[in-house]
Amino acid sequence: MAQLVVIGLIMSSIIALGAIGLTLIYGILKFANFAHGDLMTVGAYIAFLTFTGGGHIGPLSFGYGMILAMLAAMLVVGAMSVLIDRLVYRPLRRRNAGLVILAMASLGMAIIVRSLVYLGWGPDQRFYSSGLQYAHQFPLGIALKPDQMFIGATALVSVVSVYLLLYRTKLGKAMRATADNMELAKVAGIDTERVVIATWAIGGSLAGLAGVLLGIQSHLMPEMGFIFILPLFAASILGGVGSPHGALVGALVVGISQEVSTEWISPAYKPAIAFILLFAILLVRPRGIFGVKV
Amino acid sequence: MTVVLEADGIVSGYGEVDILHGVSLLVDEGEIVSVIGPNGAGKSTLLKSVFGLLKLRKGKLLLDGVDATGLPPQKMVRKGVSYVPQSDNVFPSLTIFENLEMGAFIGGDNIKQRLAEVFDLFPALAERPHAKAGKLSGGQRQMLALARALMLQPRLLLLDEPTASLSPRMVGDILTKIRDINEKGVAILIVEQNAREALNLCHRGYVLVMGRNAMEDTGQNLLHSEEVGRLYLGG
Repeated sequence: MAQLVVIGLIMSSIIALGAIGLTLIYGILKFANFAHGDLMTVGAYIAFLTFTGGGHIGPLSFGYGMILAMLAAMLVVGAMSVLIDRLVYRPLRRRNAGLVILAMASLGMAIIVRSLVYLGWGPDQRFYSSGLQYAHQFPLGIALKPDQMFIGATALVSVVSVYLLLYRTKLGKAMRATADNMELAKVAGIDTERVVIATWAIGGSLAGLAGVLLGIQSHLMPEMGFIFILPLFAASILGGVGSPHGALVGALVVGISQEVSTEWISPAYKPAIAFILLFAILLVRPRGIFGVKV
Repeated sequence: MTVVLEADGIVSGYGEVDILHGVSLLVDEGEIVSVIGPNGAGKSTLLKSVFGLLKLRKGKLLLDGVDATGLPPQKMVRKGVSYVPQSDNVFPSLTIFENLEMGAFIGGDNIKQRLAEVFDLFPALAERPHAKAGKLSGGQRQMLALARALMLQPRLLLLDEPTASLSPRMVGDILTKIRDINEKGVAILIVEQNAREALNLCHRGYVLVMGRNAMEDTGQNLLHSEEVGRLYLGG
């Protein structure tokens, strides 16, 4: 049981990175990005492309090459997100496209991105590194592989960085102000176009990073991010769409519930758990845990 | 006196419809100018058009005698114009302090001096700078909205119905603050539903009807004009 909770925490940390990006983009553009999971996939494969080994850091299954590959993934997916917004979503916004049109556009984008991954790397599973890793034993029967500790630590550092950005920097405060009220942000002299670009860059690079971490946790396949979209949405809606710390709490609830559920039911039902949670929260408290009224 | 704002023959509106059909007005340095008129006269549209939130379809706009037609809000702010919308005029999830910081967004990092001045004018805000703006009462929000607009030391302040939906006591407090702000040398263009209060407050007033200039005089003259009294002040 304790073991499942801990594995749940590791999964939560990956979900959190995706869900925070999703919720930031929703907060500012009022736009549900269905391509977010597939952006994670791209991140995972960019890291696969740029990963060159480079020995081992301590007991980890990879070396410094992975750190560089992670940065490359963040950079590429961040830039790609900005580019997609400029080329696809912004022209639609300028024509006052509604919520549904934009959601459909992002769904289309999701399929395009996934197809490109299929074209580039084929449908086979891929691994960053092969070989067995010995798990560390902790009290309460908890066993954790060094790679999993790395995932947790990386996600924690990223979440703290995002928090500091949002609450301590001028750009972050402008992002929150724009999410609150874009018209008033313009009135205050904030360049909201720049805020939108920054939001995509940050949300995209977090998705890229989440994809790499997911690849380290298990393996790479073109559907990996798409399958992940359900827990992402469940987490951000659970916490209250638009609220970054809500997404964090939502990710913990979804990630841990999914793992702990395998104590009683088949792991194949994990996505169903995310769905049930989503259902329950929408019935009881539609605006989510930390959400403001819609 | 020098003219801060000159609007000449402004035509603008939403979608296919023109709301303003050629409105002209002047605001002199240090002056309070109010625009009154019935619902739907285009008062709020006028402020939005001046501030660049709405595109001008015709007409000209001069700031300090320099052409400012078609400038977007970000540019207007840099030219020393601030605007306080009627509603949703604070960032609810940001603290009082952060709201003021956003007010000074383009002003570089040295905002301590401005903060001190603004807190001096609105001591209630200084009491709990880390309270979320969304938790404030209507009157306090309005104070914060004014304070936010003052963070860049504007020369011209555009106010859209600052006393709408406030309690009578709060209305008095806000009007006093507006007078205080003006005495520091800020020119004010105010649009009001509360016509009597607005005319009492202002140096000069314009009456807007159906998107056109109807009358123009000193505040006191308009207040005592029979026509204005009959139409807008309830007899």
